Amino acid sequence: MAVRVQTQDFDLTTEISALRANTPKVGAVVSFVGTVRDLNEGEHVAEMELEHYPGMTEKALEDIVAQAKSRWDIFEALVIHRVGPLKPLEQIVLVAVTSAHRGEAFDACEFIIDYLKTQAPFWKKEQTPTGARWVDARVSDDEAMAKWAQR
Amino acid sequence: MQIQLRFFASVREAVGTAQESLELPADVTTAGQVRDYLRSRGGPWAEALAEGRSLRIACNQQMAEGCELAFFPPVTGG
Repeated sequence: MAVRVQTQDFDLTTEISALRANTPKVGAVVSFVGTVRDLNEGEHVAEMELEHYPGMTEKALEDIVAQAKSRWDIFEALVIHRVGPLKPLEQIVLVAVTSAHRGEAFDACEFIIDYLKTQAPFWKKEQTPTGARWVDARVSDDEAMAKWAQR
Repeated sequence: MQIQLRFFASVREAVGTAQESLELPADVTTAGQVRDYLRSRGGPWAEALAEGRSLRIACNQQMAEGCELAFFPPVTGG
């Protein structure tokens, strides 16, 4: 399964081992792990809650992976995104890509996380000392996605 | 026409419900008109779905019987 939305944590080594098992044509594995920061927009974050749209979220992630596969010469791409309550230091998201050479894997991995940030229905709610707040979408994330259209 | 509505994140909290079935009046035929129609309920609906509010609307298909419409804020995962 190339796309997973789950409450439980993941192990990078286990996932990458599975991704490239018995595939000697792989010469490059690129991964991105997103983690919970304790500071956002100047406020201390004690905990966050990640919400998603079951069904649509998985479809959106599968669509993003399919786009990456059609655009770059990569073998496999894996996306794991956690939902539910998460504390600082915890892992939120994993994107891992395998290819023959590093360039394709680096680009595809960055493309997938950039698209995920703006296209996949996830929402973060943070608990701060001044109360709970929903995280606003960032213009910088839209810009990060837009740069892929120019290439 | 009967449709399913879903609400997520800050929109869900504002309107106080995650989903509902809605029988649409005959003159409500687009997603934008559904938003207008819900806004006419006033109170938190008028505010959460206000015209200036940045909002995403997802539909599983063209407006049709059994369609599920979802309203939510811009996404913030990763």
